Amino acid sequence: MLSAIFVLGLLALVFGLILGFIAIKFKVEGDPLVEKIDGLLPQTQCGQCGFPGCKPYAEAIAADEADINQCPPGGETTIIALADLLDREPKPLNPENGAESETTVVYIDEQTCIGCTLCIQACPIDAIAGAAKQMHTIIESECTGCNLCIPPCPVDCIHIKPIGITVDTWRWDKPIAIAEAKS
Amino acid sequence: MISKLFQFKGGIRVPHYKDISNQESVTPAKIPSRLVLPLHQHIGEAAEPCVNIGDQVLKGQKIANANGYVSAPIHAPTSGIIEDIGDYPIAHPSGMSALCIVIQPDGKDQWAELESRAKDYTSIDPSHLRNIIRRAGIVGLGGAGFPTFIKHNPGPNGSVDTLIINGSECEPYITCDDALMRERADEIVCGILIIKHALNAKRVVIAVEDNKPEAFQSIKKALDEFDEKTIEAVQIPTLYPAGSEKQLIYTITGKEVPKNSLPIHISVVCQNVGTTAAVYRAIHHGEPLISRYVTITGDIGQPKNLEVLFGTPIEELVEQCGGVKGTVRRLIVGGPMMGFAMHQLNLPVIKTTNCVLIDAESSKVFREREFAMPCIRCGSCADACPIGLVPQQLYWHSKAQEFDKAQDYHLYDCIECGCCDYVCPSKIPLVQYYRFAKAEIWKREQETQKADTARQRHEFKQFRVEREKAEKAEKHRQKKAALEAKTNAKKDDTKDGVKDDKSDPKKAAILAAMERAKAKKAEAKTKPQNTDNLTDAQKHLIEKIDARRTERRAAESKLPAGKEDERRSERREAESSRETPNKDPKE
Repeated sequence: MLSAIFVLGLLALVFGLILGFIAIKFKVEGDPLVEKIDGLLPQTQCGQCGFPGCKPYAEAIAADEADINQCPPGGETTIIALADLLDREPKPLNPENGAESETTVVYIDEQTCIGCTLCIQACPIDAIAGAAKQMHTIIESECTGCNLCIPPCPVDCIHIKPIGITVDTWRWDKPIAIAEAKS
Repeated sequence: MISKLFQFKGGIRVPHYKDISNQESVTPAKIPSRLVLPLHQHIGEAAEPCVNIGDQVLKGQKIANANGYVSAPIHAPTSGIIEDIGDYPIAHPSGMSALCIVIQPDGKDQWAELESRAKDYTSIDPSHLRNIIRRAGIVGLGGAGFPTFIKHNPGPNGSVDTLIINGSECEPYITCDDALMRERADEIVCGILIIKHALNAKRVVIAVEDNKPEAFQSIKKALDEFDEKTIEAVQIPTLYPAGSEKQLIYTITGKEVPKNSLPIHISVVCQNVGTTAAVYRAIHHGEPLISRYVTITGDIGQPKNLEVLFGTPIEELVEQCGGVKGTVRRLIVGGPMMGFAMHQLNLPVIKTTNCVLIDAESSKVFREREFAMPCIRCGSCADACPIGLVPQQLYWHSKAQEFDKAQDYHLYDCIECGCCDYVCPSKIPLVQYYRFAKAEIWKREQETQKADTARQRHEFKQFRVEREKAEKAEKHRQKKAALEAKTNAKKDDTKDGVKDDKSDPKKAAILAAMERAKAKKAEAKTKPQNTDNLTDAQKHLIEKIDARRTERRAAESKLPAGKEDERRSERREAESSRETPNKDPKE
């Protein structure tokens, strides 16, 4: 009886030490869940979710402070992906945060631009090139369409334009489902 | 010598309808009133125009440069004037327009100066041959349009095991390769010899389906004429899709092309007969690729093959073939199995257009697609699939948008041959589902990539802002420290300069020096120089001046003492405000 307690106690001690060692040795820096959630978000940094960027929103979701249906640029696809990841029920996009819309980019009317650099400061991904009192321009291939540069512009020279479909970017549509075809 | 053939898995027997269009000999189509040449006629980057509107061009003159490695130049199919460079409708499943060069022919059909003809191709270095082929704008004429010169690179070994010339043309209705083999077998054989030389191929096989006996005989005859024993002509069983690259390679060599790799990885190169003839014309005659054989068939007066200049509108070709019987419901560009439907006839023929199939309203051959019924899991599609996939599983997952699972079932190995579609008793448009799934996966992948770059850029911006803030703070701190040090030093001087005199030798030395300077000054003041031999008049003048000076000094010292200080402080303020310009209002 005594030896059994001794052996079990010893085992507990050994395993405790091993676990303690592993906990220190393989300590994970940061919250891996936040990274995973952040990976699913569209990274427009638009702030429509009510948080100042995608990472803060991801942190809020991980901490259960925000719902998964607050990202209009990601839309249904993102909500489903988040629901899968977090094992929650998918729900429709919260209309308070905005509606899912087609991805757009912005362009600067270069005739009107006065070179104030306010849009450059507002752009979350440095997709605007320019300097003080020099004309600015949007690097269109990098623009995520967050539209954060539009409100600071003092001369309203930034406009939204849809990304048009060309022969190269055209994709096949989903065939019409059987039930729809019948009706 | 008859080599052993291998039977690929699956495949279907389809009625071939080839005798509709292969009865007549091929005639050149008339030069149309205008030619519309899309810049994207091949796989890879679109070509870049090198002519301007209004330029006069000659037949065979280059009008667009290849843009990058996987690309091909475009040449003027006839002489004329560049009428426009702009968006025109093209034969593309989207039904959209794309950038095209429009040529208004002048009717002279005058050739430009061509590349020098090669007298003996065997003396030409293979890499030089590839360059000629590249400059001639030759792409695969079987349908995919992959730039040919890339395929003609034998790789690091310097040779390939097998060169397969594809004359099987397995899709129903199409007879352009059949016609080419019947009429230009000698050109094909010459082309094969050139490609064989370029690739240093050990074995050369030309494969013809056994439903084209005339073409096979014609090739045989040409081989006999050339007394060419190194090229095997093989008849392969007629079974759709025997002409698909991977299936043909298996049929001839018994080797399977592994997933995600190209035939060259198993040392095999496959080339269409049309491409082979084009290579011959480029090397022996210096002619670029400007025309091809096109089958015009379906519900028209006289279905036949025409030799068509690229850019010719399909409408004019149909007119030359007796016109449409009734009204057009749609036209199919390519074969009925893998082609796509278009709804207008005013579309140009491009390098990859092998067949135009007209489907009229009154058609008995074609029927409107019946409504799809639910999948009954009969498994016919799996039996028919030449790749050995499970089409029904792919269908379920594509339909439910479970793309990960669809990829687990090797969606990307599907060649979209349409066998599963053809055999499906429920008439489900299976291939359309696969195309949709592939497109959607591709789109999502691009979105993820874009999000990743956006994240990196955002993180860098945050880092940059932080860094700038830190730099500014550091600068500010340093300035402050410097200022404090200065004021402290001043205080030290005024407060206890004397006390520290003895303890600090430096300060003592400075003080001593100052004392010496003062003494010198005093001496200089009391002892005016150069006064030794002055006249009395001069002495009198000096005295007078001295008196005036002392008088003025006395007057100046009477002025209010604060004024000078005030002026100095004002100046200091102005300076300090100038030191911090354009301060960020946020900070």
